[in-house]
Amino acid sequence: MKVVLRNPRRELDVPAPRNVGQLLVNLDVVPESVLVIRNDTLATHDESLSDADVVEIRPVTSGGAR
Amino acid sequence: MKCRRCRAPAVIDIRRHNAAFCRDCFLRHCREQVRRAIDDFRMIQPSERVLVAVSGGKDSLGLWHLLRGLGYDVDGLYVGLGIGEYSDESGRFARAYADEHGGKLIAVDLRDAYGFDIPDGSRVAHRAPCSACGLSKRYVFNDAAIAHGYDVVATGHNLDDEAAVLFGNVLRWETEYLGRQHPVLPAAPGFARKVKPLVRLGERELAAYCVLCGIDYIVEECPMAVGNRHLGYKESLNAIEERSPGTKAAFVAGFLERAQPLFVSEATEARADLNECVSCGAPTPGEYCAFCRMRARAVGEPIVVGSAR
Repeated sequence: MKVVLRNPRRELDVPAPRNVGQLLVNLDVVPESVLVIRNDTLATHDESLSDADVVEIRPVTSGGAR
Repeated sequence: MKCRRCRAPAVIDIRRHNAAFCRDCFLRHCREQVRRAIDDFRMIQPSERVLVAVSGGKDSLGLWHLLRGLGYDVDGLYVGLGIGEYSDESGRFARAYADEHGGKLIAVDLRDAYGFDIPDGSRVAHRAPCSACGLSKRYVFNDAAIAHGYDVVATGHNLDDEAAVLFGNVLRWETEYLGRQHPVLPAAPGFARKVKPLVRLGERELAAYCVLCGIDYIVEECPMAVGNRHLGYKESLNAIEERSPGTKAAFVAGFLERAQPLFVSEATEARADLNECVSCGAPTPGEYCAFCRMRARAVGEPIVVGSAR
């Protein structure tokens, strides 16, 4: 499957783990700090994945002057 | 995973609520949280004109959309900070939202209006970029709100922002800042009222709200903010939240209920001791306000009495 990461934007090809939550564990990403967007829709952590999926892991943390 | 409310397939899970929501119930949840924050803290009266500080990011555009959806009379204010391609792109997102949704967007370019931008201002005035940026935005938002007759300025500070600021203020026991940290900063001579209607929503919820509403926003982080202390606080709090969901919300809510009132008098005294800036008339504890002093150093000219406003 293809994983799109941001800040900076880059792509990874990885074997599909069993679900979204496991993907975040494998990539050492804190779930609270990202949204997972699979094939242009939001995905919950229990959703299963396949090798045909394209998943964006979008950071949600912003932190400059507010 | 099923929606807690209607049992339809969920699109987002929120661990601190121990709940998941489908699209429609999640959007309703966001509106309810903002409605509740506005009502609980008496932020905005129905007849008032609201100016939303818009950066082109998820929080400010989400806030604009939510307030419009709740029926408020709300316009946007975008400040061009001159941070290269980042500012160009964030401005495009702000204008695109206004164009697509029929919103009125007031744009102020810092260099055109005041003669400097954030990279120059922070370097010449020896201020951290985020400090120069925050000072400039607070000044311009307040100035524009008063000049254009708005009753209230609404900012996109969310639960994560408030938790991170509180964390930093507690670590350093910044008691005056603790007394001032509240979802509503009342109006005073020279100050428009400032409110934070997103205080009950986390930034992950705001990002999801924008995605589900089809609101395009700038995902990239400001290049000048990378590695700053505020982001470090958020990272630490997220690590705690991962082990103990709900900690951030309890931290902020508990502070507002039980601790913030203990520090109010210090903040009130500091605000009561303000004079008018000799140059621009803005409230300041000294002769000249911090913005005019930074501006004078950035443009390399002496502060001119009565030069602004």
